Parts: sequence; C-alpha cells; structure tokens
Amino acid sequence: MADEKKSSGLTRREFIKNGSFAVGGLIGGGLIGGMLFNTSSDTATSGGDHDHGNGSNDYMEARLFFKRQEDFRVLSSAVERIFPEDEVGPGAIALSVPYFIDRQLAGSWGFNAREYMDGPFEEGEDTQGTQSALLRRDAFLQGVRLIQKEAKASHDGENYFDLTEEQQDAILEKFEAGDVDMNGMSSSQFFSLLRVATLRGVYSDPVYGGNKNMDGWRMKKYPGGQMAYMDIIEDEEFHDMEPISLHEHHN
Amino acid sequence: MAIELPKKQAVIVGVGWAGGIVAAELAKAGIEVLGLERGADRTPADFIMQKDEMKYALDHDLMQDLSKETVSFRNDKDMTALPMRQTGSFVLGTDLGGAGIHWNGQAPRFFPYDFEIRTHTIDRYGEDKIEEGITLQDWGITYDELEPYYTKWEKTAGISGEQNDMTPWMSEEYPTPPMKETPAIRLFKDAASDLGLHPHQRPSANLSENYTNPDGKTIYQCQFCSFCERFGCDYQAKSDPLITVIPTAVDTGNFEIKTHANVREVEHEDGKAVGVYYIDGNDGQQYYQPADMVILTTYVLNNTRLMLQSGIGQPYDPETEEGVVGKHYCYQIMSGAQGMFEDKQFNLYAGAGALGGGVEDYNGDNFDHSDLDFIHGGVLSLNQTGIRPIETNPVPPDTKSWGSEFKKASTHYFYRTLSIGSQGASMPYRYNYLDLDPTYTDENGDPLLRMTYNFTDQDRKLAAHQAERSEEIMKQMGADIVTQTNQATGDYNIVPYQTTHNTGGTIMGASSETSVVNNYSQVWDCENLFVVGASTFTHNGGNNPTPTVGALAYRAAEGMLEYFENPGILVEDED
Ligand SMILES: Cc1cc2nc3c(=O)[nH]c(=O)nc-3n(C[C@H](O)[C@H](O)[C@H](O)COP(=O)(O)OP(=O)(O)OC[C@H]3O[C@@H](n4cnc5c(N)ncnc54)[C@H](O)[C@@H]3O)c2cc1C
Ligand code: SF4
Repeated sequence: MADEKKSSGLTRREFIKNGSFAVGGLIGGGLIGGMLFNTSSDTATSGGDHDHGNGSNDYMEARLFFKRQEDFRVLSSAVERIFPEDEVGPGAIALSVPYFIDRQLAGSWGFNAREYMDGPFEEGEDTQGTQSALLRRDAFLQGVRLIQKEAKASHDGENYFDLTEEQQDAILEKFEAGDVDMNGMSSSQFFSLLRVATLRGVYSDPVYGGNKNMDGWRMKKYPGGQMAYMDIIEDEEFHDMEPISLHEHHN
Repeated sequence: MAIELPKKQAVIVGVGWAGGIVAAELAKAGIEVLGLERGADRTPADFIMQKDEMKYALDHDLMQDLSKETVSFRNDKDMTALPMRQTGSFVLGTDLGGAGIHWNGQAPRFFPYDFEIRTHTIDRYGEDKIEEGITLQDWGITYDELEPYYTKWEKTAGISGEQNDMTPWMSEEYPTPPMKETPAIRLFKDAASDLGLHPHQRPSANLSENYTNPDGKTIYQCQFCSFCERFGCDYQAKSDPLITVIPTAVDTGNFEIKTHANVREVEHEDGKAVGVYYIDGNDGQQYYQPADMVILTTYVLNNTRLMLQSGIGQPYDPETEEGVVGKHYCYQIMSGAQGMFEDKQFNLYAGAGALGGGVEDYNGDNFDHSDLDFIHGGVLSLNQTGIRPIETNPVPPDTKSWGSEFKKASTHYFYRTLSIGSQGASMPYRYNYLDLDPTYTDENGDPLLRMTYNFTDQDRKLAAHQAERSEEIMKQMGADIVTQTNQATGDYNIVPYQTTHNTGGTIMGASSETSVVNNYSQVWDCENLFVVGASTFTHNGGNNPTPTVGALAYRAAEGMLEYFENPGILVEDED
C-alpha cells in the first residue's frame, strides 16, 4: 500500500457530466439520486476553477471582532504555537487561522447562540459539562489579555508576541495546566477552547476564512468534499486527490 | 388561553422514523392524520452540496438547538442536576424527519434473547446471575412475534445486508445485497475469521443498489461520499423518513404536517386523551388540537417528558420502586480498540455511515457467560464512515496534544489508524431514571427532563471485556500500536460524544404494574394514547436501535387501526 495514486477531484458539475465516474457503468440521472441533477446552478457559468491565488479572499483578512490590534497579535502568536509552521506544512498564521477565529467570535459561535445559557449557573462536577456563563467572545478577550499579562509579568514587560517560542510555549502550558486565574472558566478550559478553535481554523472549509487555499487539507491529504468515492472505495492503493471546497461546488 | 382547532382523527407528535411510519400506515388506511413537528420543514434539496464538517458534524446544524430546550443531568440523586449546556454525549434530532435524516443507517436487529432477557438469563444461569439493583424485565413480546414487523421495516428502508450463524434469524433475506468491502473492513474480517469468529457485512440503510420499496418510493445507490453520519444524503441513497414514509403518507391526501408546532401537553379526561396543546413558533400563540387518538413519537426524552408533564401514568420513584414513567433509562456502553499501522495508508476519507464489518459473537447471549461476571454484550464492528480532519486527529499515547509534535503525529497517522468499537448493551438499574427538573426550564417555561444516570459495575465489566476482545482482533490485524478505548472506566460523563442510542422512560411490558405501554405501544392508563420509539425499550441491546423502533412502530400502527375498529386495551394486562 506504499504506492500512492494521484487523482484529481470532481466538482458537482463535472461529476454530473461524467456520469460513469461513480456509478460503475450505470450511466444516467435516473440511477443515482435525482435531486443532485435538478438544482439550478447546473447552468451557472461562473466559478468552478480552483483559485490558489491570493485574490479576492484577502478582503476578508480584516478584523471583525477584535478591536485592539494588540489582542489580535497575542491571539495570532498563541495559535501559531498550537499549530506551528514546520517541515510538515504551513502553520496557523499562514492558514489564516487568526482571522478565522475573529470571524467565528463575531458570529453565533461567539455568542454561544445554540447552547443553553439560562441560569442558575452552578459549578457542578466534571461529568456535567461546562456550566460557564461566559460567552466565547468574552472568554477569548479575557484569555488573550491574560496571556499578554503573563508575558509582561514574567519577562520584564515584554509582549507575548515578542517572546521566544520556548517562552511562549511555557505560558501556554501554564494555561493548559489550569495555573492561571480566570473569571468564569478555568484557564485549562480556555486553553482547550483555543486549541479547538485553532484546529477548526486549520481544517474547516475555506468559506469560513481559515484553511487558506485548502492548504490545511493538502497537508493532511484530505480531499475535502468530493462528490463520490464509488470508484476507489475497494482499492488497496492510497489515492491522493486535489481537494474540493464548497466554493467549487456552489459556483 | 389556547386557540381551539377543528378535531382530527389522529394527531402525531413528532415526525421522524416513528412518527412517519405511523403516519403512513394510518393515512393509507384512510385515517385523517395531523403531524405536529416542533422543528422546521425539510426536503432532500436541503442536503445537496452541504459537505461542511464544521457546520454539521461539529456545530450540529441539523440537530436540536439547546438554547431552546435541553436536559439536565446528574450521576446520582446526591448531585444537583445541571443543564447539558452544550451538545455532547448524544445529539438530538429535530425538524421534519428527525434524527432519521442525519443517522448513519446501521440497521441490525436485536436478538431473540433481548426480548426475554430476564427469563432466559434465569433459565440459563440462575437468578443470582442478575446483579443487585439490575431490574431486568422481559418485554412482553417475543422476537418471533416481532419478526414480521422487522421484515416490513427492512423492506420499507431497502436494507442492504447479509446473515450468518451469529446474526438473529430472519424469515426473508435482506431486500438488497450487502455493501462493498474496503481493504480496512477486509482486514478486520480476515483477522476475526482467523480468531474463529463470524464476521459479516453490517446491515445498512445506505443502499448497495437502487431499490423501490413496497410503497413505491425509490432509494438510490450509495456513492460512498462519506458526508453521512450527521449529514443528510445528497443522493437519496440513505433511507430516511423524508424519502420513504413521510411522502407515502402525504401522497394519500390524508396526512397534513404542521411544522414549528411544539407540543407541551396531552390533554386527557377519564383515562382517554382528548387533544394536545402546542405553541406555534411562527406566531407564538398556543393552540389546542382535539383528536380521537394521540401518538407521541418525539424520541425517548420528550416521549417521557410529555407523559410526565401531562400527568399520565405514575411517575417512577427509585426509592420505593413504584411507578413506571421515567423508569429504565438506558444507554450504551462504548468501548473498543484503536490500532495504528506504520506501513499502511487506508482511503479513510471515503466511506458511508453504515459501511462496516461486524462480529456478533460477543453480543446477547451468543457466548457463554457462566464464567463471566456480567450479562449480555455488544456487537464489535469496524466501520468506515469517512473520517474528517477537524475531528479526527489520532496520535499515539503520550503524544502532546498541540505544537509541532502533535501536528506531525496527527497528520502522519490520519490515514493509518483504524478503530474497532463495541456497542455494549445497557441493563436497567434501579437508580437510573428520568423525571422533571425542579429548577431549569425550556423556552416555554416548562421543566426540563432530568436525567439521573451512571454506569454500573455490570456496565464497566462488560465494557472491559469488549475492549479486550477488540484488542485481540486489532492485534491480529497487525497494527503496530494498539490501545484499548473505553468510555466506561469511571462515571458516565455527558461531555464526550458516545452514542445517540438512548432508551427507556416509557417502557413496554406485559403488565401495567411494571410498564407504561403494552406491546402495541398503547399506554395502559390511557388507551387511545400510543407512545412509540426507543422510549419503550425495556433495556437497550448491543446494537443500533432503529430497526427495532421501526418494527415496534409498524406493530403499533396495526394496533391503532385495530383500536379504531374496536376501542379498548389491545392486550390483556398480566397485572
Ligand atoms: C448521529 C446519529 C447517528 C445515528 N446512527 C444510527 C444508526 O446508524 N443506526 C440506528 O439504528 N440508529 C442510529 N441513530 C439513532 C436514530 O437516529 C434514531 O433511533 C431514530 O432516528 C429515532 O427515530 P424517532 O422517530 O423515534 O425519533 P426522532 O428521529 O428523534 O424524531 C422525533 C421528532 O419529534 C420531534 N419532537 C420532539 N419533541 C417534540 C415536541 N414537544 N413537539 C413536536 N415535535 C417534537 C423532533 O423534532 C423530531 O423531529 C443515530 C442517531 C444520531 C443522532
Ligand atoms: S455515504 Fe452514501 S448514503 Fe451516506 S450520504 Fe453519501 S451517498 Fe448518501
């Protein structure tokens, strides 16, 4: 299984045109689910091409949530330590994770919109899950400011983002261990929130502003939202494909 | 104040698999049926090109919005129950089609043993085999009695599968052949065979070929797109209520659906249901809908909550062990083994929700428990459901969970890691139950359902046994790093996802003393009220629940039609 095959992915339109791709020789709209073929964007002419450039996406690289640049710089340095650039591939900053998190915090995720947020709030046992009244957006502001405060306190007033990688890691480890006092959640809870947000930014569909150019996916050889795998599902050899995002599918 | 509406013959509360099946059967027989669904309308067009891991798999777009309604939870009565604020251990369905839209489609039956578990256990091992506090009960129906209804549901859904010596007997073959094997599944099956076990391809509602069901509804061939568990299907290739039973019911002209209709209470007089109260989410008004028959199909948690809220049936009290509503809340005990392969990469991004190999050798009473200190077991399976990058980051034990070390390991092992999982059966325990929370309320101010639940010694021993068996198979498969996985080493924790196979609360039985419904899912204490779904399971088996839900729903519908002809209790009470 060491051999790898390079295949290219198919968008919905290509998939529909090339009916034999996935249905094992059974060609025709009647044979696989009908809805897919009837949606109006079949006739759309735009999009579909892979855009690996830095074109239009860059307009989205601006802050919606973080007002203070300092907070954003701390956030950026911290997520880069969680997912650093190295020989494996790009890190959180190159993948635009800080902007991803900024946009997430500006929206429903930042407001914990689909979670039960009625009181009374009691601490509870670990088995009962989070009981924090703190919204994620407030947790992030408090958290990054505490990271900065820790940096300044332990390194003669230096900014977190100016410290060495080892110094930055040491501060994050302190958060991870729950050794920093936070109001409304523990620092270890905040750290795991930061870690999860980072991974979401690395690997979610680029429509959310992270995983820039799908390079997070490429690093993991993840092919994104392919139409179908009927033709390779039984194969022994590993297939490495060019990824496909929602942008390609929806245009 | 409620606005009163014109009376209907039957009102179904909640329209997923259970509600859809009942709707189809009643509507086909000419009964005028209204479905009240708290969630939004949905059609298969909502699932086209929605391959978005974050939105669906992590942020549960198709599932219950907990800001409106959740459950409270505690491990035991000495703790204060607190609300499940974020979705964790299970994910609840909502909107038209319910959880049947975003389910995996794994479609096994329970075993004959399950339905007569108490009798069988005592016959084979003696009464002492049942641990203190494990309140085992037979279901008041045998497998053989339920068998035709399993067949009926499988035909509606077009299930793809195969049988072997270890799977429960079937009167007919599955409607469609088993799904394809992948190299990972083949590896699992070969290893299991080497160990003398009996692997089979798991029964699947992701269909192996196009199929038209007896109601004339077509389900298409699965394309292995992998956005399946927690997603709707692009191809109408995963059997769900929206492409089968719901349109079957609507086509008759006898089934009307109202969405955004959140039912709060069943009104009843003199042992009969007379209607339901609901809030219409569009105008915020409360309505009263009178009906000749009421059917609750709102899933385990709300079936129980609506019974308690309506004051129907005696609530269960764990101290006195009297009462029935809320009793026997059961779950499943998840354990297994993970294996990492240095020299192999599997195409694990590809898959389908119900694509897998399984062994039933350690399920039910298929193995001798004489020298074991627990009863029952669970299916062991290796499923290739399609892995996704945010959630799947396998690293060897003791690897740091962030930084370069994590990044290297998680990208390296992404396609090199396989898992075997056991769905451990869950036995009823005296102190595991459901009632109404004294403090927390939903968006309408009604009390949340309170869950009091913990693993028992029986559960922990069963889980440990299954993890060991899984480890043996994984080693036989040749994995380089093998680790056991086990959710039940300590107390039940509502945070990590385990399974959405909750059961109990309105259990089925032969006597009104010990159960809420009879084997037609008819409420003993309220004869024109039927409660259908896994809330009627007397314990939870070691396999996925929906075929059993489907079979019981078909049987319930038969009972309802009988009731329209000859009103009364349909089964003699053994009380
Ligand atoms: C991710 C996931 C994967 C699963 N995979 C499998 C699998 O592979 N195999 C298997 O067998 N099972 C699986 N299940 C379980 C399966 O989905 C359920 O067993 C099945 O869908 C239950 O059907 P139901 O009709 O009883 O309930 P639901 O589908 O939950 O339907 C209940 C409906 O009632 C509505 N409702 C609730 N309260 C009210 C109210 N007060 N008023 C009005 N309406 C209300 C809800 O909105 C919902 O639409 C899975 C579940 C999940 C979440
Ligand atoms: S894996 Fe198959 S059944 Fe599941 S969503 Fe994709 S095509 Fe549908």
